[in-house]
Amino acid sequence: MALDLAELVTAAKAGDKAAFTTLVEATTAEMYTLAYRLTGNVEDAQDVVQEAYVRAYKGLKKFRGDAEFTSWMYRITANCANTHLVRSSRHRHDAMDGTEELTDERPGPESRLTSADERSQLNLALQSLSPEMRAVVVLRDVYDLPHEAIAAELGISEGAAKVRLHRARRKLRERLFPLRGEEHTDEEDARAV
Amino acid sequence: MQCEQVADRLPQIVDGGERAAPGVLAHVDSCLRCQAELVQYRKLLKALRTLRTDVLEPAPGTLTAILASLEAVGERGAMRSLLNGRRAAYVGGIAAATAAAGAAGAIVLASRGRRKMRLAG
Repeated sequence: MALDLAELVTAAKAGDKAAFTTLVEATTAEMYTLAYRLTGNVEDAQDVVQEAYVRAYKGLKKFRGDAEFTSWMYRITANCANTHLVRSSRHRHDAMDGTEELTDERPGPESRLTSADERSQLNLALQSLSPEMRAVVVLRDVYDLPHEAIAAELGISEGAAKVRLHRARRKLRERLFPLRGEEHTDEEDARAV
Repeated sequence: MQCEQVADRLPQIVDGGERAAPGVLAHVDSCLRCQAELVQYRKLLKALRTLRTDVLEPAPGTLTAILASLEAVGERGAMRSLLNGRRAAYVGGIAAATAAAGAAGAIVLASRGRRKMRLAG
């Protein structure tokens, strides 16, 4: 039987803790997936998703219910991931030049897929983007969040969000769907980094 | 318009999010390379949308950790409301005591005043 998230939200807002727990159980995998896509790292994804649910719990009374609970959670997760990435980039003093590779070398959940898999290629291409570009393209083109919401959660202007999106799309297109004459090898990618 | 100028606009117009300038559309209509590039962008967007349903299995312990932190937040919240309730009771008690003391003082002063007036009369 499909869960009615709206009913659970109403119950949780009225103070039903079990209803909130059921909401968490029903949506954890989706939020974890988004957090993993934004951070590219298992441990960071766990931290982000944990913080996102705590924020949601504290702010549940403010949730007006005019959006779906999952869309609201996507926004909170994106905001937490952004805060997390800013904090860790300050900590590591990483250069964000748009082509950096992620440092987590442990196999992530997607490594279960074969390298020939199109989705795996897509995920790898996403991971090759800078966290800033990746966040915008994932939130817009995968999760369909409006530009306005993306800009608000990432703390940037709508114009900046659009510029990042278009650059990200271009990089992904060149990598995954190159035109004749644009094909390049992994060695070239490595040299570019 | 040149292909390079149009190529910069293609990622903006591929999803219809932004209206293309007439010059861009006219160029795309007549240029096979730009048409091919636009098709590749459409393929990219289609592929990205498929990821929405591609849900990963959370790392072991994720759900337990989330529920534990929610439990901790709930306990802190309960403790805070308990303390707030006690604080309200203290403040209420002090206010009541102050009011009672004030009233008693007023009665004493009033009765002294009456006695003085009687003695003077």
